[in-house]
Amino acid sequence: MNTLHAKDITCGYDQRKVLESLSLSATAGEVLVLLGPNGAGKTTLLRALARFLRPMSGTVLLDNQDLWTLRREAAAQRIALMPQSERRDWPLTVEESIQLGRAPHRGWYVPFNAEDALIVESALASTGLLELRERPITELSGGEWRRMVFARALAQQANVLLLDEPTAGLDLKYQHEVLRLVCDLAKNRNLTVVVTLHDLNHATLYGSRLAVVAEHTIVAVGAPQDVMTVDLIERVFGVHVTIVPHPVYGTPMVVPLMEKATAAENGTS
Amino acid sequence: MKRSVVCLPILSVVLLITALLSLGVGAVTIAPGRILQILTEHSGNAVPATELTIIWELRLPRLLLACFVGAGLGMAGAGYQGLFRNPLADPFVIGASSGAALGATLAIINGWQGHVLGLACIPAASLIGALGAVAIVYSIATVGRQIPMVSLLLAGVALSSMLGAIVSLLMFLHEEKLMTIFSWLMGSLSGRGWPALWSTAPLILIGGLILWMHSRALDALTFGEESAASLGLGIRRLRATIVLSASLITAASVAGGGIIGFVGLIAPHMARSLVGARHALVIPMSGLLGALLLLLADDVARTIVAPSELPVGIVTALMGSPFFLYLLKTRQRELGVGQ
Repeated sequence: MNTLHAKDITCGYDQRKVLESLSLSATAGEVLVLLGPNGAGKTTLLRALARFLRPMSGTVLLDNQDLWTLRREAAAQRIALMPQSERRDWPLTVEESIQLGRAPHRGWYVPFNAEDALIVESALASTGLLELRERPITELSGGEWRRMVFARALAQQANVLLLDEPTAGLDLKYQHEVLRLVCDLAKNRNLTVVVTLHDLNHATLYGSRLAVVAEHTIVAVGAPQDVMTVDLIERVFGVHVTIVPHPVYGTPMVVPLMEKATAAENGTS
Repeated sequence: MKRSVVCLPILSVVLLITALLSLGVGAVTIAPGRILQILTEHSGNAVPATELTIIWELRLPRLLLACFVGAGLGMAGAGYQGLFRNPLADPFVIGASSGAALGATLAIINGWQGHVLGLACIPAASLIGALGAVAIVYSIATVGRQIPMVSLLLAGVALSSMLGAIVSLLMFLHEEKLMTIFSWLMGSLSGRGWPALWSTAPLILIGGLILWMHSRALDALTFGEESAASLGLGIRRLRATIVLSASLITAASVAGGGIIGFVGLIAPHMARSLVGARHALVIPMSGLLGALLLLLADDVARTIVAPSELPVGIVTALMGSPFFLYLLKTRQRELGVGQ
C-alpha cells in the first residue's frame, strides 16, 4: 500500500530536461531522503511525484495506478506536498489555513462539518499550534509557518508526504523537531515520506534510505551506510570529506575537510 | 470568528437605512416616514403624485442601480484581487474599462439608436466592448495551455493603453461630442431608469454568486499554485471561471453606470479589515461595502452642485485616492512594494 513508483521518467520545463530516464520507488513506513547539489532536480522530482508536473515521458505510479489517470482530488486525498516556500498574500488565520487541508475530502463547495473540525483540532494539537490558531499566517515565523503547513498536510490525511527542504531556515531545535515528527509519522501511521534535505548528517540520521540526485538522474540509492561513501560525495558535491561513525548511533557522519576536493589524494579516507 | 460573522447583518442594516435616507435627499426633500408610506402604498391617495413619481420613477431605480453597480464592482474587485493575489487589482485590471470606453465612444460618435436586450445603445456597446477587451487580453496571454498571471496583467495594461489611445483619438476628431463622451467616461447613474436595472442586476447577481461559490478555492490559492494544486485544486479552470464571472460583473456594472473607479479597489480592502481574509466573507462584504460606497458617492454627486450633477466617478476617485495613498503609506509590505 501507498507505494509511489517513478518509472523511467523524463521531466523538465519547456524544452529543458532536468531529469532523464529516472526510476525510483518509495514504500510505506520509510523515510526516503533525496540528496544532491543545488539545481540537480530534487524539487522537480518532488513535483513530478506530487502530480504537479507532468513527466515528458515515463509514468509515476501510486499502487500501480498512473497518477495522471487519478482525479485531481483523489490524488490530493493520498499525496500531500509541502513546498520549499509558500506565498502568504492574505492574512488567513492558522486554523482557516489548516482547514483547507480538508478540501480534497470535502470538495470546494460543501461546508466543512464536525468531522473536519475534529481532524483540524487534532492536527493543531499534534503540531503544537493550538495557541496560535487565531494568528494570521502573514505573521508567523519560519518555524511556525512550517508547522502550519505540516498540520495542513496532516488534516489532508494523505498517506504519502512529499517534503521539500522542511528544515531550511529553521534553528537547530526546530530542524530536529520537524525531522523527528516526520520519522514518527512514517513509523506510527505507516506513511510514505519522501523528503529533500541539504544536511547529509540529517539524512543519515533520520533517513531509512537515501537517493542521490545528480547528472539528471539518481546516481546512488540505498541504506545510508551504503550510499555515503567518500568517493560519491566528492564526485557529486565536489567537496573533500571524511566519514566517521556517529559516536552514539554508529550511523555514518560526513565531516567536511578544508582542502579542495581536487587535491584529495593526500586526504584521509 | 464571531465579530466577522455579525459584520454582515450589521452592514446590511446600515445599507438599508442609508438607502432609505438617500431616497429623501435631492431637489425635493422627502421625510423618511413619508418615503416608507410611498414605498408600501404603491398607488397611495394620501401622497402627492409628484412625490410618487420622484420616488418610484427617479430615485428608487437610481438607488437600486447604484447598489447593484457598487456591489458588482466590489465583488469583481475581490475576485480579481484573490485570483491575482495582488492588493492592487481592481475590476478593470485586465482591460474591461478601456474596452467599455471604446464601445461607448463608438456608439456616441456614430449616434447609434435603439435598444439591445433592454439596454440603450451606449451601455450595450460598452458591455460588448468590456467583454471583448477581456477576451482579447485572455487569448493573447494564453501560451500553449498556460496562462501566466503576469502575462495576463501585462497584456491588460498594453491593450488598455492602446484602446485608450484610440478613444482619445476619436475624442480629438469628434470635438462636438467631447462632453458627452467625457461625462460617460467619468461614470454616471443619472436617468437610467428601471430598464438599465433589469438588464444589469441579474448579471451582477449571477456573477457574484459564481464568485462566492469559489471562495474556498480562492482561499487555497493564497498558498500559491503549487500548494493549491496539491490540495486538489484545478488552477486553470479556476482562473477561467473567476476571470469570466468577474468580467461579466464588471461589464454589467459598466453598462449600468459607466466607468466608476476606485470602488472595486477599496471595497475588498475595507472588507478584509472587517471580516478577515476568508473569501466566503470577503466577497459578500465587498459587495455590501461597494453598494454603500457608491450609494453615498451618488448622493454627493447629485446634491453637492444642485441643481446640476457631478459625474459619480469623480466623487469616487476623490474619496478613493486618499484611501489608496494611505494604504501605500501604511501597508507597504502587504502591497508588495516593501521588503
